Amino acid sequence: MRRGLGFWAGLLFVALVAAFLIVPVVLSVLAGVTENYQRGILASGVTLAWLTRVLDLYAHTIRLSLQIALATLAATLVLGIPVAYALARHQGRAARLIEEALVMPVAIPGIATGLALILAWGAVGDFRSHWTFILAGHVLFTLPFMVRSVLAVMLGVGLPLLEEGARSLGAGLLWRFVTIVIPNARPGIVSGSLMVVTLSLGEFNMTLLLHTPFTMTLPVGLADAYASMRLEIGSAFTLVFLVLIVPLLVALQAAADRAAGIGKR
Amino acid sequence: MRRADAFTLAALVAPAGAFLAAFFLLPLVLMLRAGASGPGGIGTYAAILAEPRYLASLGQTLLLAATVTAATLVISGVAGAFLARHHFPFRRLLVAMLTLPLAFPGVVVGFLVILLAGRQGLIGQVTMALTGERLVFAYSMAGLFLGYLYFSIPRTVLTVMAAAETLDPALEEAARSCGASAWQVLRDVLIPGLRPALLAAGAICFATAMGAFGTAFTLATEIAVLPMVIYAEFTVSANIAVAAALSFLLGAVTWAVLALARTAAGGTVAAAG
Repeated sequence: MRRGLGFWAGLLFVALVAAFLIVPVVLSVLAGVTENYQRGILASGVTLAWLTRVLDLYAHTIRLSLQIALATLAATLVLGIPVAYALARHQGRAARLIEEALVMPVAIPGIATGLALILAWGAVGDFRSHWTFILAGHVLFTLPFMVRSVLAVMLGVGLPLLEEGARSLGAGLLWRFVTIVIPNARPGIVSGSLMVVTLSLGEFNMTLLLHTPFTMTLPVGLADAYASMRLEIGSAFTLVFLVLIVPLLVALQAAADRAAGIGKR
Repeated sequence: MRRADAFTLAALVAPAGAFLAAFFLLPLVLMLRAGASGPGGIGTYAAILAEPRYLASLGQTLLLAATVTAATLVISGVAGAFLARHHFPFRRLLVAMLTLPLAFPGVVVGFLVILLAGRQGLIGQVTMALTGERLVFAYSMAGLFLGYLYFSIPRTVLTVMAAAETLDPALEEAARSCGASAWQVLRDVLIPGLRPALLAAGAICFATAMGAFGTAFTLATEIAVLPMVIYAEFTVSANIAVAAALSFLLGAVTWAVLALARTAAGGTVAAAG
């Protein structure tokens, strides 16, 4: 195919945008393994010392974030799948309202939700200093993503019809749920799960208010490193975060593509 | 629907509903009340709208969010439409590069802006070598703009690409064969076709930029975007009534914009994230 000037101009533009997004990531990765960033990687050499230092200082934040992310996932699965199922079965006025209510925590900035949570629950026992306080916020923020992703696939595969068939053959609700609903909604559950874990691992806007010195998560630790440590340590910590999050993002893309394919079918 | 069915469905929604009531609706109501608990009473809400400092902050935040949204839509619209219409070697690699930062948190984006335009940043080094003067703008409004652009582009590109792929290329072909110029094709075919997607993506971009906090926090400037003001009122001044009232204002404005866009786009605006 002959390619005109427009094509090359477009390609150049897209390449520039891609460079804007990728160059800082590369800079950060390099800085994380550079002996002295001011002098440059070539002059000062490569080192893993900053990474070791980060693990010394911040390993507890990484552990806590993973713990919260997994607990968030469990909670959104337990709370979210039944809601998605109910919405798939019953697409009425009430369903629209429920969906709207679910999405609200996402439409309102995290800092506002965080403040509201503190005002309501901050003085109740030891809840404020317990990690489940942050968990509550993360579940609030991620639940709509789980519901939407599962609901889209349920509607895409025509779940109500499949289920009606099973029901006419005498299958009870629990049995249908295990043998029809869950297997058919799996692509949505997988992409929703990846989304929830990714979002929880990176959540900062709300967590900065919710955390206490005993419950510091990875992103809060990152902010701490950026503010109070040298550039190399901040970069090395970013590198650790990227190692955690990028495989999740790649898997998320693939899962979302699969789930979208079902939605269109 | 049978009665037993309705009962089952209600039971399925109940756990999530109870959670939402306890950890979202109740806190919101208490925050609304806390906003009126200060010395100013319910008047606090009127007072924050009369206070030039908060008004200026709200204006700045709105302006920044609007500018970022406009720039993101233009950049991502062009890039997304291009990638959806052309197939060439390394296209997948380019798409992967454009969507890699999809879920980077604002704090990380702030740090990346520092690496680009901060005191030890790349732009500073390059301009130092070229002109002998170090260009540093990470800690200003320009840095914040760059950061918000950074985390808005990947998501918007994805939305535009998905929408452009559902548009029939034959429409553009037909317009062109009828003698329409590239600009006319863009104005009369592409933009109307992409309108719902652009509206949806723009609304999410705007809402995210309104509430984005991590980037401003990392850049640690005196840029008084509303989330930073709320944070300072709450932690530094312990002015809980004002912080609550401002949070409520921020939440209401953001939610209203999303709701408005949803109405305009005919129910296609998905949740922000």
